[in-house]
Amino acid sequence: MITDAAPIVTARIGSPQSWTLRSYLDQGGYDGLRKALTMDPGEVSEEVLTANLLGRGGAGFEAGKKWGMLRKADPVYLVINGDESEPCTFKDHMLMEEDPHQIIEGTLICAYAVGASQAFIYVRGEFALGLERMTAALNEAYAFGAVGRNILGSGFSIDVVVHPGAGAYICGEETALIESLEGKRGYPRDKPPWFPAAMGLYKAPTIVNNVETVSNLPWIVTNGGAAFAGLGVGRSAGTRLFSVSGHVKRPANYEVEMAKVTFRDLMYDPKLGGGIREDRELKAFVPGGVSAPWFGPDQLDMGLDQDAVGKAGSMLGSGSVVAMDDQTCMVRAAWRITRFFHRESCGQCTPCREGGGWLDKVMRRIELGQGRESDLDLLLDVCDNIAPGLGWPPQKTTICVLGPSIPSSIVSGIKMFRDEFLVHIKEGACPFGR
Amino acid sequence: MARLTAENLQRARQLIGLYPQSRSALIPMLHIAQEQDGWLTPDGMAHVAELLDIDPAEVYGTASFYDMFFTHPVGRYLVSVCTNLACLINGADELLEHAEARLGVAPGGTTADGEFTLEEVECIAFCGAAPCLAVNWRFFGNIGNDDFDRLVEDLVAGRLADDVPPHGTLNRVGRRVGLTAGAASSPPATHEDDATPEQARPS
Repeated sequence: MITDAAPIVTARIGSPQSWTLRSYLDQGGYDGLRKALTMDPGEVSEEVLTANLLGRGGAGFEAGKKWGMLRKADPVYLVINGDESEPCTFKDHMLMEEDPHQIIEGTLICAYAVGASQAFIYVRGEFALGLERMTAALNEAYAFGAVGRNILGSGFSIDVVVHPGAGAYICGEETALIESLEGKRGYPRDKPPWFPAAMGLYKAPTIVNNVETVSNLPWIVTNGGAAFAGLGVGRSAGTRLFSVSGHVKRPANYEVEMAKVTFRDLMYDPKLGGGIREDRELKAFVPGGVSAPWFGPDQLDMGLDQDAVGKAGSMLGSGSVVAMDDQTCMVRAAWRITRFFHRESCGQCTPCREGGGWLDKVMRRIELGQGRESDLDLLLDVCDNIAPGLGWPPQKTTICVLGPSIPSSIVSGIKMFRDEFLVHIKEGACPFGR
Repeated sequence: MARLTAENLQRARQLIGLYPQSRSALIPMLHIAQEQDGWLTPDGMAHVAELLDIDPAEVYGTASFYDMFFTHPVGRYLVSVCTNLACLINGADELLEHAEARLGVAPGGTTADGEFTLEEVECIAFCGAAPCLAVNWRFFGNIGNDDFDRLVEDLVAGRLADDVPPHGTLNRVGRRVGLTAGAASSPPATHEDDATPEQARPS
């Protein structure tokens, strides 16, 4: 059931002209920054550590710990990742359009805590309105004195740049994003040695934080890290924004308390997803972006707990939950996800570039009724070459995690719906009529 | 078709001034070039290369990596239909078929009058309103076949001119602060914008 935790990052969304400075200031905007600037930067970091704020981009690494890993050097850069591209995730898109000042305030708090000399907010290129709202908000914030020189009279100064991407899923990966921000093709970098905190933008130590992650910072500074940590359970602290889509009656972004709220609540609560359309049965769901292995209805009562979901063989990932009803062709669903990864592979590593292409082709022929009996073994064999052992979390044969994400939907599909794959092959057609 | 106009040259130089290293301005500059001509012309890319003092092949090599950049002409309206998972299971393949029939082109094609280019795209993060599409990256959700036809009619009739600028125009809000055109090596200044809170006005 929904808990009574008040929303943190969506508190202002829905209020008139929520994206303007006037609206933001009327609702307590920039108070968190004002308070942070009276604190020692180390104290701000300490609050974030206490808060147990896990990164909201996909990897779920503790934000406070990430900041603590920064190599001591000058300059230090801060990059905010607004390149939201994990399929079926649409929360950062909303935050950038509806509450850009909250992102700017969070950026400034982070910049102050880590001693950054310049910050870049990388906005996915396709988000035209998001770019316009972020840019307008930044202009307002400069005029207000919250960005630039001597911020709010504190003596702290920093410039912020809103930077547009140009369409590439891989640029959501932090090292690819840095390459892109340097004006290059979005090729992920090898880690080590390219851990951004040690060697990031222009080889300088760099913090890369997600848009939703920094959106939590004004609240954490204002209310204290302990208050944030008091929400949720254990490491899965605070509230989190989930993008709920697919066959639910009320697809939308919902901010709920972590761990205490379950997948069932997200998809069935009348105030959240509202149940499956036409009251059909749920067949399976994506628990955290299409990189994540699927769950079946037997996992519905699991809490939205990062560690519990990880232990069960999947991930909360980017916070996107896709409900698929009993009329869904799982072969087509898995093929579509596979095709996506094939198209979006940057091409650097052979297992991903070539393996993705093979999997796309074989999935396509199964769905189109031209599959062979040996195809299921072939699929699993290619998957095993990309992510040896097919375990979770996947083994890597590639520079970044795009490659090892490709097998997720295929392996889930074959494991959970083997008969459905076989019917496609034996009947020479998709039983769902496409 | 061409090199950047005087006004866009000024904008490009201002962009360069925002970054510690000039090449970081490449992608934003390419957006300006694409806004000017509707696509990235060889001359436009060569001009960008000159301004950044890099080889034109570096510019082309970067541009060709990104889905939003076109190195060939496209229509005034780029219609991008999402067929990824959330849209797929809400009828996106059927919507794309309808769009092909209505516009008379396959994905990747441009109508004979040069008005529309149709493309099939991966998730555009508007899944709460699946199936969805974008026209010149302005988003439209819950699109049925009739909605699609109406949208096309509205675009042709110019009824959406305020909402949907021509292809290539991405961000219509210019940065107003820290612009030091031509001074690529100096950090951006914040000059006259030391406004007091009382002077702040929502835009």
